Amino acid sequence: MKDEPRIGVFVCHCGTNIGGYVDVPSVVEYARTLVGVVHAERNTYTCADDGLTAIKKAIKDHNLNRVIVASCTPRTHAPLFRSAVADAGLNPYLFELVNIREHCSWVHMKEKEAATQKAKDLIRMGVARTALLEPQEEIRISVTPSALVIGGGIAGMTAALSIANQGFKVDIVEKDSEMGGMLRYLNDLYPGGRKASLVMDEFIGKVKNHPKIEVHTSSTIKKVDGYIGNFTVSVQNEKVPLDIKTGIIVVATGADEFKPVNLYGYSGSGNVLTELELEERLKNGSLQKLDSAIFIQCVGSRGEGRSYCSRICCNVAIKNSKLLKQTFPEADINILHNGIHAYGTYEKMYREAQELGVGFRKYSKEKPPEVTVDGERMRVKLYHELMGREIEYTPDIIVLSTPLIPHPENGDLSRMLKVPLGQDGFFLEAHVKLRPVDFATDGIFLCGSARAPADIIESINQGYSAASRAAIPLMNGYVQAEAITAVVDETKCIGCGYCASICPYRAASMNEKTVVAEEVSYITRKSYINPALCKGCGTCAAGCPAGAITPNHFTLPQIMATIKAFQQPGAYIYDRIKA
Amino acid sequence: MKSVLVIGGGIAGIQSSLDLANRGYHIYLVEREPSIGGHMALLDKTFPTNDCSMCILAPKMNECNAHPNIDILSYSEVMDLSGNAGDFTARVQRKARYINEEKCTGCGDCTAKCPSKVPNEYNGNLDKRKSIFLPYPQAVPRVMTIDREHCIYLTKGKCGNCKKVCNAGAVDYEQKDTFVDLNVAAVIVATGFDMFDPTHMQEYGYGKYANVITAMEYERMICASGPTGGHLETAPDKEHPGKIAFIQCVGSRDLQHNPYCCSVCCMHAIKESILAREHYEDIKPYIFYTDLRAVGKGFEEYAVRGEKEYGIKYIRGRPGQITEDASTKTLTVWYDDTVNRKVKGLEVDMAVLCTSLIPAKGSDKLAAILDIELDEYGLYKSRDELTAPLDTRRPGVFIAGYCQSPKDIPESVAQGSGAAARATEVAGGAYI
Repeated sequence: MKDEPRIGVFVCHCGTNIGGYVDVPSVVEYARTLVGVVHAERNTYTCADDGLTAIKKAIKDHNLNRVIVASCTPRTHAPLFRSAVADAGLNPYLFELVNIREHCSWVHMKEKEAATQKAKDLIRMGVARTALLEPQEEIRISVTPSALVIGGGIAGMTAALSIANQGFKVDIVEKDSEMGGMLRYLNDLYPGGRKASLVMDEFIGKVKNHPKIEVHTSSTIKKVDGYIGNFTVSVQNEKVPLDIKTGIIVVATGADEFKPVNLYGYSGSGNVLTELELEERLKNGSLQKLDSAIFIQCVGSRGEGRSYCSRICCNVAIKNSKLLKQTFPEADINILHNGIHAYGTYEKMYREAQELGVGFRKYSKEKPPEVTVDGERMRVKLYHELMGREIEYTPDIIVLSTPLIPHPENGDLSRMLKVPLGQDGFFLEAHVKLRPVDFATDGIFLCGSARAPADIIESINQGYSAASRAAIPLMNGYVQAEAITAVVDETKCIGCGYCASICPYRAASMNEKTVVAEEVSYITRKSYINPALCKGCGTCAAGCPAGAITPNHFTLPQIMATIKAFQQPGAYIYDRIKA
Repeated sequence: MKSVLVIGGGIAGIQSSLDLANRGYHIYLVEREPSIGGHMALLDKTFPTNDCSMCILAPKMNECNAHPNIDILSYSEVMDLSGNAGDFTARVQRKARYINEEKCTGCGDCTAKCPSKVPNEYNGNLDKRKSIFLPYPQAVPRVMTIDREHCIYLTKGKCGNCKKVCNAGAVDYEQKDTFVDLNVAAVIVATGFDMFDPTHMQEYGYGKYANVITAMEYERMICASGPTGGHLETAPDKEHPGKIAFIQCVGSRDLQHNPYCCSVCCMHAIKESILAREHYEDIKPYIFYTDLRAVGKGFEEYAVRGEKEYGIKYIRGRPGQITEDASTKTLTVWYDDTVNRKVKGLEVDMAVLCTSLIPAKGSDKLAAILDIELDEYGLYKSRDELTAPLDTRRPGVFIAGYCQSPKDIPESVAQGSGAAARATEVAGGAYI
């Protein structure tokens, strides 16, 4: 913007919050002396209706082209003032909020003179920056109104059904020949003991009959291009490769059961089983007789190498122990554990198992149970903490509760989607607390055991959750990109690719460019920052060794002007800074 | 524009509201308290990352406040729900707060001049607030409320200070409760929980021994914005404690009280122990647990780090009694040592009771109003606990967060979003 700045400064008393500690009238007087400022006033509450009206009136009366409010935090109030400025016809990015409450009056309540001086300093710095502000445009990116769900287990099917029920076409890409995921291998489900096949058939039936859902079985993802609203996903199946255009992607690829080879006598055959292998025997009815069974918890988890708790295994063992006890009431069934994690209302299931006569025997991490397998004969030795001595069992079957582990192909998928994995190999969400099913990269969502071990209810909850997050851009039909983004000066870019490696939102990428210089032309790499993905965090600009990247609205001249103004008490000369 | 009613402004309800508002639905967010934010607003940090709770929550509270599609009806309660999915009418009582919400700027001049001090329930009653108050500085909406039980003007007809000093002219002693009828396509119930009161459990001496406090009170005490400015204080000399015992499962996993496990207390005890050590290097934290249930993502690692890096001593056992030395106010926690099979006593300076999270007060009344069921624990019952956890027996009425079953913050957020998806399915007419 080439026009001379005509800045209006509005200093807020905030009742006594500012006015009680900062001499607001003298701050206003001071602001009037700053070069570029053509109007300054004070308001009891700038955020109240009369304050906002005063801003709009002053923009008209004094032909203001920049506005500063000196009040509270932009976190709460910047949107309000921006819209007031926009109402009066100014670009909302020609507004600046100077925080003289949280940053000044509230922390200097006992030093009124110094607080007043600091408020003046902060406003002088704000004026220096504001003089150099430029208008920014908010761009909208159109969104293809369809979704692609990777994985046809319970989480993926739930997400697909919900997105479809919200009115959008969904493609499910399933690597196996059938949908159902882990449900295909389970006997019955907790809580309630319903047959897994019944639940699975109900969901698969709904998916197959849904007019908006298309299922691609025996299919894998080969390539992912594009960004939120405009992805192209290359899918390979037995017959033909297929390119699917989609607005959003949901990752619902589930997890595998850890096979504890060489732990506790497990070999993959015989009567040392994993929970899934027990489910299989219960399902096909091959377990005809049982006198004694031992469950061992935390096999391959909560220790060296695999440190996490797999969340679901205690409940799975409790569910299966109950079923065994109900089927073989005379059998001696014991669960050897290091803490029973029957969290929430699953506590009831734990109590019911105890009432049925299932034994729960605690072992310590230091003295885990020992298993010896001698042909058909198996022995389990346990140091019983409460009794303070060793006891021995000779069970017919030993069931090892092993953790869910990430799929080995998660690495490839994470590279194609440009989304991260955590240290444990599961997909890593944007924020563990408040964004459990989002990725930091816009337009890609996560649910079920691909994120962390989850049971059926939790997978369904997260499936709906991902469907909700995903439906937002689909229903809007556009995404509003951040107005404050970074831009690359290609003449300065040296093509090192550092920006692409550090961008937390995967907005920076390296493109091949043909450069024509007088008689020669050559191909080189130049950085490109996708404005649809850029959040304006500035990481790339700080990291760029060539100084080729500028974050709009936080340009180097704007920042330098702020700093220089800080160093120059007294009347501030705009022209001197500009030079 | 279709509307959805969200009942409860904690993190689950906030998430439902934002998800729906951001796709173009109009939201009425009804909150019983003067501010949205729920229990998360009262926590110091969150496990397992030790993120400051208010710092990550406040932006979402503000986003609700600033969102053109969200109407926050705070200090309000739902009194009736008629009609059917897609076309409900909800009657909402807006309790008189004696403040004109349009005019009040939340400046606090009135609070400064209010002579009436009452126990501050937002700080675990550890300090006093005024009768005209904001629950906490980040409250949303930033509007004052007059506590009609304690206001001197409203009870005795004298004082009137707040009205005199309010430059915005926002104080209105004549304000009456009002009722509004809202037409909504779907309803999401996210009313959270309340804390179990351990006063009657005589074995632990809560309410009798000065240095026995609840975990929620501890959260406020260790919080920099709390009543002690983040300092742990014990009686009689306000010194910080040398040893702290955290007692798990107080009122939970207990057939006399609440049979279920609250899902979060093991983790918040670990967090609170770590925070104690971050504030004072010489504190020794002890956690008396039943099972140490660190089942979420990164939780087990957090529990291990608590032991290795912060010196937490985990002791398996449920203490039978706490006794107090009347002169020094130090406590002895009596417990079964399950490793050595002996009854032992541990002397500590502070005992923190990790009390049960129980169904929110009035859940039964709200269930009757909404015609939805309660489960055996008094939480809202899902239509099908396995395959339709977010649905209730009444089509178009959904549940999310702790009020559906015990869960932590990320699970509450996930359900908040999930219920928004279900509400959209209903509002769009695709109810299946």
